[in-house]
Parts: sequence; structure tokens; C-alpha cells
Amino acid sequence: MAKKQVNPNPSSKLEWFEDRLPIISFMKAELVDYPAPKNLNYAWNFGSLAGVALILQILTGFFLTMHYKADASLAFDSIQHIMRDVNWGWLIRNLHMVGASFFFIVVYMHIGRGLYYGSYKSPREILWGMGVVIFFLMMATAFLGYVLPWGQMSFWGAQVITNLISVIPFVGEDIVIWIWGGYGVNDATLTRFYSLHFLLPFVILGVVFLHMWALHNRKVKSNNPTGIDLKKDTDFVPFHPYYTVKDSFGLAVYMLPFLFMVFYMPDYLGHTDNYIPADPMTTPAHIVPEWYFLPFYAILRAINFNILFLDSKLLGVIAMVASIAILFFLPKLDKSKVRSARFRPIYKVMFWVFIANFFFLGWLGAKPAEAPYTQLSQIATALYFSFFFALPWVAKIEKTKPLPTSI
Amino acid sequence: MAEKVSKKDNVDHGKRDFLSGTTKVFGAAGAACACYPFIKSMSPSAKVEAQKYTEVDLSEIAEGDTKKVIWRGKAVFVKHRTQSEIDLAKAGDKTVSIDPQTDADRVQRPQWLVTIAHCTHLGCVPIDGSLENWACPCHGSQFDVSGRVVKGPAPKNLEIPPYTFIDDTTIKIG
Ligand code: HEM
Ligand code: FES
Repeated sequence: MAKKQVNPNPSSKLEWFEDRLPIISFMKAELVDYPAPKNLNYAWNFGSLAGVALILQILTGFFLTMHYKADASLAFDSIQHIMRDVNWGWLIRNLHMVGASFFFIVVYMHIGRGLYYGSYKSPREILWGMGVVIFFLMMATAFLGYVLPWGQMSFWGAQVITNLISVIPFVGEDIVIWIWGGYGVNDATLTRFYSLHFLLPFVILGVVFLHMWALHNRKVKSNNPTGIDLKKDTDFVPFHPYYTVKDSFGLAVYMLPFLFMVFYMPDYLGHTDNYIPADPMTTPAHIVPEWYFLPFYAILRAINFNILFLDSKLLGVIAMVASIAILFFLPKLDKSKVRSARFRPIYKVMFWVFIANFFFLGWLGAKPAEAPYTQLSQIATALYFSFFFALPWVAKIEKTKPLPTSI
Repeated sequence: MAEKVSKKDNVDHGKRDFLSGTTKVFGAAGAACACYPFIKSMSPSAKVEAQKYTEVDLSEIAEGDTKKVIWRGKAVFVKHRTQSEIDLAKAGDKTVSIDPQTDADRVQRPQWLVTIAHCTHLGCVPIDGSLENWACPCHGSQFDVSGRVVKGPAPKNLEIPPYTFIDDTTIKIG
């Protein structure tokens, strides 16, 4: 029974403190004693890796802010200053730049894990929804960050993405001018993008907290590879030392390719055009978004036809936003009672086709907008959405394999 | 009023609902008003609004050349068209179909085409020199010698900014 009052004669300094702010018992309950299913596999490492990636972005970003200048006439040179003059500046910037890419890699794996093992199903709908919110915020943050070096890709990426908003009927044009703070992407735009890029990661941190809260809720807890509800106490092990050790091992493995990229090929995932200062008069011949946006970019460009009074420009934006927002509705769409794809023969095939198609879309996103890529993008976009729309129907016809009664 | 007071808890619910209702409405209206200055602070400042005009010296632009200038943060093409380009633009009057408009409606003097240089799709600056005169590097839209869209995804012709001829060799955009 929780005490209603503080103990007037605490037996220790710790009890005195804990009576006033029970943070230590909170941390112990959530990080040490948290009952985790004993059968979690390596797919469950990506959550903690995403957390590490976020902290790393916040730390490296914070040190970059001490040298970066958010002014259209200084920004580009301040990056060169970081790379050449600032002590270890090259390391901090490379960590931040490659860190953003690796953050997306682990989050994509993390989402894929959720899809495969049905982690979005009851009782984890809110947990899943918070995840989708985090994904949206991450994309916004990464887009804003990419504008900061004020190279050609920064500038024209900002131009194209902000123009997407102009498709909103009637008020779109005015909203874009408001976002720009001018009649085109300009110094005011850069400065406000910088404040937002600083702010949003902390908003993400807040949503991550809600995400963890929904997970650690003792009525919810982690899903597991079998997807079945775990009822016995013996199905669980305490988070520490079992998963602290496993997560640390995963982190060490993650650090190998990550640091390899940081030290030996930091620009591999970027675009060389971004080392040309922004020029508002000339668009580079090939503008391509960062790799982590490519599948969605392919969906945007796939819609090059009008439907009734809706023009292709508007429809493309709707399709792109819908391709991510549809994840919110996944718990509603997938009515199958069985969570894990291990016991769902049809869903398992659909899952892998979906993943292959997602990579295909990413490949198409980097190709020029011409035949045959546009047509292929249209087919791949249709396939992407049909995964979701087939789910209610698959739940009805699928013969699932017998579920184990315990792990 | 006394008769409205609930017997059960001795509270006048009508009055209480009215008070909490008006508090919510006025509170929300006040909060909305307080947001206004902050939202408005992000709109183009008076200084930006003041830079409304750009003058262009036409004598520098040789026949067949295009000059790019900046007007209110946007790039603008000023193209000195040759006779054959003017003929081509006139011929295009019959064939353009995405956003039909005659060349005569788009120029004040046939030799001078003045258009906003941002593709009406998502704002990239088309590159000149192609068959159709301007090709957008971003998603492949094409524009003719009158700046009219001949191939999507751009839904509209390149916009014509307001401009006036001050004399034969100078225009003022804006
Ligand atoms: C969700 C976490 C974050 C992501 C995904 C992210 C992503 C990015 C990206 C992609 C760039 C462009 C890299 C380049 O091409 O140089 C960038 C730049 C930058 N970011 Fe972040 N960032 C995050 C968090 C932060 C935080 C928390 C801060 C500040 C406290 C910050 C400060 C900066 C600065 C100053 C730059 C410009 C320097 C540069 O371009 O290297 N970032 N960010
Ligand atoms: S911006 Fe020109 S085609 Fe998309």
C-alpha cells in the first residue's frame, strides 16, 4: 500500500528523498525490474538503438550550434569553418550527418519489426500511434536540418518541399509565403528552420516518453516473437541484466558500421551538389532528396494524372501523406486476432512483398521522372496501398497456424 | 432564480453552466487573439514588402538571350526573343492544351518575354536551351518560348509578373 504521507522519521537519507521525489524507485521499476518477455530476439534491439541515435543527434547537434550561423550569407561558410577550423568539428559534424541516416535505418527496422510481429494490434494501438507521430516529426526534423548547410540541395529541397503546401486549396499560397517569411526561400526561412530544427528533437523526446509510458504500462508491456499474450510470471525476465546486456551488445554491433561511415565515407549518403553554395537563380540538374525520403518521393511523383477536378499536383501530395498516415489506421485495418506473422502464412508473404516493394520504390525515387520509371512507380504505389486495403479481407480468409499456449 | 436551484446538491446548474460556458468561449477567443502577433511575426516583414520593384536594363540583353533577375526573392526570366522565336510562340497558340493562352496575352511587346522563372509545379527554375525552350530539372515539366506549359506535371503556364516599360530600354517589375 502506498503511504499517504511522508515518513516523519525516515530511516535513511534515501527514504527522505524518495518520499519527496520518488525518482529512484521509478527508474528502478522501469529500467531494472521492468518485466520483459524472455524470448525477445534481436529485432527488439532497434527501439533502444533509436533512443541512442536520438540522444546522439541531440548531443552532436548541440555542439554544432556553438559554431553554426543561421544566416543566409554565413551559413555555408560556417559549415566549412566547422569542418576545417573548429577542433574536432569534422568529427562532430560527421557524427550528426551520418547519425541522421543511421537514425532512419534503425527506425525503419523498428517499424518493420512492429509490422512483422503485429505489435500494432490491441492493446498497443496508442503505442504504435505515438511511433507514427515520432516518424513524422523525425522526417520534419531531418528535412529542416538538411536545409541548414545552405548548399544547392538544401535550398532546392526547401523550395520543392515548401511548395508542396501550396496545393492546399484557396489558402495554400498564403501559407507558403507565411512559412517562407518572404516571397521565396530566403534568409528568414533559414533562420526559422534553424529554430525549428533545434526545437523539434525535444518534442520528439517528449513523444518518445509517451511511447515508453504506453509500453511500460503493466497492462500492455512488450510484444514478443510469438505474438501471444503472456500470462505467467515465469515468461518474463527482469530488464536488467538480461536486456541491458543484450542491448549493449547490439549497440556495439551498430557502432561498427556507423563509425566506419563516420570516419571513412561520411559523404557517401549525401549529395555532392550540397557543397555548392545555394543559388536562388539556378536549380541543379538532378535534385534528389535524402535516401530516407526516396520511397515517399516516388509515390509523390507517381501521381501525374488528374482525377475529376483534382489536379495531379494535389493528388500526389495527398498520396504521399496518406502513405505514411495510413499506418495510424493499421490496427483498425488488420482485423486478424493473430499477431505474429509466424502463424499467418498469407500475411507473411504480403509482408515480404511489401518490404521488397518499399525498396523498389526507394530505387525508383532516385530515378528521373520519365518512362519507364513513372509507370513502374505507379504500379509500385498501387502495390504499396493494396497491402493495407487487403488486410481486412485477408483476416477473413487466412487459415492461421495453431498458436502455442506459452513460450 | 431560487426555484432553479437543484434540490439535490443546492447548486444553480443553469447559472453555473452559463458561467463556465462564457468563460470557455471568452478564454478561447482571448487565447486566439494572443496568438495573432506571434503568427503574424512570421509573415514577410515591412522591409521585405518595401522591396517591391526591380528595374531591368534591357539594352544589356542581346537578341536570343535570357537574363535572370531577382524580384522580391523570386527569379524572373527576361528573354529577348528573336523573330523566329516570336513566330514559334504564335504558332504555339493553337497547340498548347494544358493551360491555353495566346502569346499576345502574355507579352506587352513581342520581343520581350518577362515571366517568373519558377516552375508552377514545385518551384524549381527550368533550364534553358532545350527543344521546348525551358525544361524543369526537377520533375520534367517543359515550357515553350512563351513560357506556356507543354508537358506536365506543372499545371499552369509560367506566371507573368506585373511590369511596365519605363522607356524602350528599361522595365520596372512589380
Ligand atoms: C531528431 C534528431 C535530429 C535529426 C534527424 C537531425 C538531422 C540533421 C541533418 C540531416 C542535418 C544536415 C547535415 C548536413 O548535411 O550537414 C542537420 C544539421 C544540423 N543540425 Fe540536426 N538533427 C537532429 C537533431 C539536432 C539537434 C537536437 C540540434 C541542436 C541542439 C541540431 C543542430 C543542427 C545544426 C546546428 C545543423 C547544421 C550543421 C550541419 O549541417 O552539419 N540537430 N541535422
Ligand atoms: S518543379 Fe518543375 S517539374 Fe516539378
